[in-house]
Amino acid sequence: MIQRREFLVATAGGMTAALAGCTADDEGENAEILDETLTLTTTTSTYDTGLLDEVNAAFEDRYGVAVEAVAQGTGAALETGRSGDSDVVMVHARSLEDEFIRDGYGVNRRDLMFNDFIVVGPEDDPAEIDGMDDVTEAFQAIAETESTFISRGDESGTHTKELAIWDEAGIEPSGEWYREAGSGMGEVLNQANQTPGYTLADRGTFISQQSELDISIRVEGPIERGPDLLANPYGIVAVNPGVHENANYDLAMSYIGFITSREGQEIIEEYTVEGEQLFFPEAVSENPNFQQYVPEDWTPDEE
Amino acid sequence: MIELVSSLVPIADSFTPFIVDFPFERNYVESIIYVSLYVSLTAVLISTLVSLPIAMLVGFSEFPGKGFVVALINTGMGFPSVVVGLVVLFTVSNEGPLGTFDLMFTTEAMIMSQFVLATPVITGVSLAAVSSIEDGVRDAAYAMGGTRLDVALVIIKEARYGIMTGILAGLGRAISEVGSVLIVGGNIASSDGTSVTRTLTTAIQLEARQGRFETALILGAILVTLVLLVNGIVLRLGGGRV
Repeated sequence: MIQRREFLVATAGGMTAALAGCTADDEGENAEILDETLTLTTTTSTYDTGLLDEVNAAFEDRYGVAVEAVAQGTGAALETGRSGDSDVVMVHARSLEDEFIRDGYGVNRRDLMFNDFIVVGPEDDPAEIDGMDDVTEAFQAIAETESTFISRGDESGTHTKELAIWDEAGIEPSGEWYREAGSGMGEVLNQANQTPGYTLADRGTFISQQSELDISIRVEGPIERGPDLLANPYGIVAVNPGVHENANYDLAMSYIGFITSREGQEIIEEYTVEGEQLFFPEAVSENPNFQQYVPEDWTPDEE
Repeated sequence: MIELVSSLVPIADSFTPFIVDFPFERNYVESIIYVSLYVSLTAVLISTLVSLPIAMLVGFSEFPGKGFVVALINTGMGFPSVVVGLVVLFTVSNEGPLGTFDLMFTTEAMIMSQFVLATPVITGVSLAAVSSIEDGVRDAAYAMGGTRLDVALVIIKEARYGIMTGILAGLGRAISEVGSVLIVGGNIASSDGTSVTRTLTTAIQLEARQGRFETALILGAILVTLVLLVNGIVLRLGGGRV
């Protein structure tokens, strides 16, 4: 183990030496005041919908700091934060965020915005779930009819939600009809479209991709009066500078401050794709919401 | 290196007029092309500088285990790029041995992983080319009083077409791979659409993920054109006899 590490250091060191001559030149033209960048790891849903470009452009205008957004799944985004390779994490799986905070990697979590999940599927609707208001029943019907279901299978927020719904429905999905794609939301929607099959999608990505798809919404989420189980809240957490020295904590907090400010929340509110609002801001409120700062099941007696 | 890249940018510019009508901005495409070329050409240049001496050394010496070394180099040609990406990720990650240099999600990290990918290819093909030079050539060079360096240069000159093929194969491997640059580069573009670590391959992957297959195809066509162009230039420089 130690030998391998030394080997890595040796080879990598050689490479950096070799690279040293040609670094720096591609950074030269960015004339940030602070010459600093903020690394944000996030989910494909906030990235692929185009929302982040809008928010980040406004943030960059205001702070003169470039935001480097890396689109990963929720699981990968948090993992990158854990290893200290990002400064701030924007994700949508409360259980995973809680774990992240509990383990000490994240601080100052805020509720950011929400949209909802929907179940999409083909026109001929083999499981006959169209218009159901109970998503667990819909999932049961899909399993009973063994209709093709494409799972994200990538530890993303959507995948986490999907597993929670199967759990709620009392089904352990397996068999040929259940396919784990291991890819991002956009790819899974494409797959579901071409297979065709059902899948769980966040409304934002679905709307922004709708024009390319033949599948459509079968079970609505809470935004269109569907079940609360399909709620999709997004949170934002700064990486703990106590654990990772190099975490750019002040910029991370500036970013969190900006995106949860009235101005940032307005950008979210006004962001539309094909005339539809994708995300609903929930950070600005007159009433305190203490629950957003701590893990959901946290109590003050805890050590 | 930088001169080489900047001399290629006008070439890129010269055919961007054909693509500005497509559904993305000129700045976006140009910066992606620039990042792709910068990363891959730098990686290949460093790879070449490392590969040629290794190829010469291995090609012209006899030592126990030589067969094993050659096998190792040839195996390296088939290294899966995602695995290389993972290894580089662990190396440059904040918790890895190079953590202090803050290389995660930078073009430098991408150059590192493409270096690892291209080196075995260039070494392997050059080694084959160098080994095929008859001993007589080498002996004659020595006989004429050449130093080791002189002899090496003579051999490189003799084997130049094979070596060039190796370099081009290495470039092809570097510029067309998506697995490792996606992992260590993060496919980042700034909010005004300028690529930071987005290459043609990762851009194609992103467009395909979002279902914009036409755009993905156009970017793919640009990538193929670029590789063709670079091949053409290198072949022309080499006298067009490969």
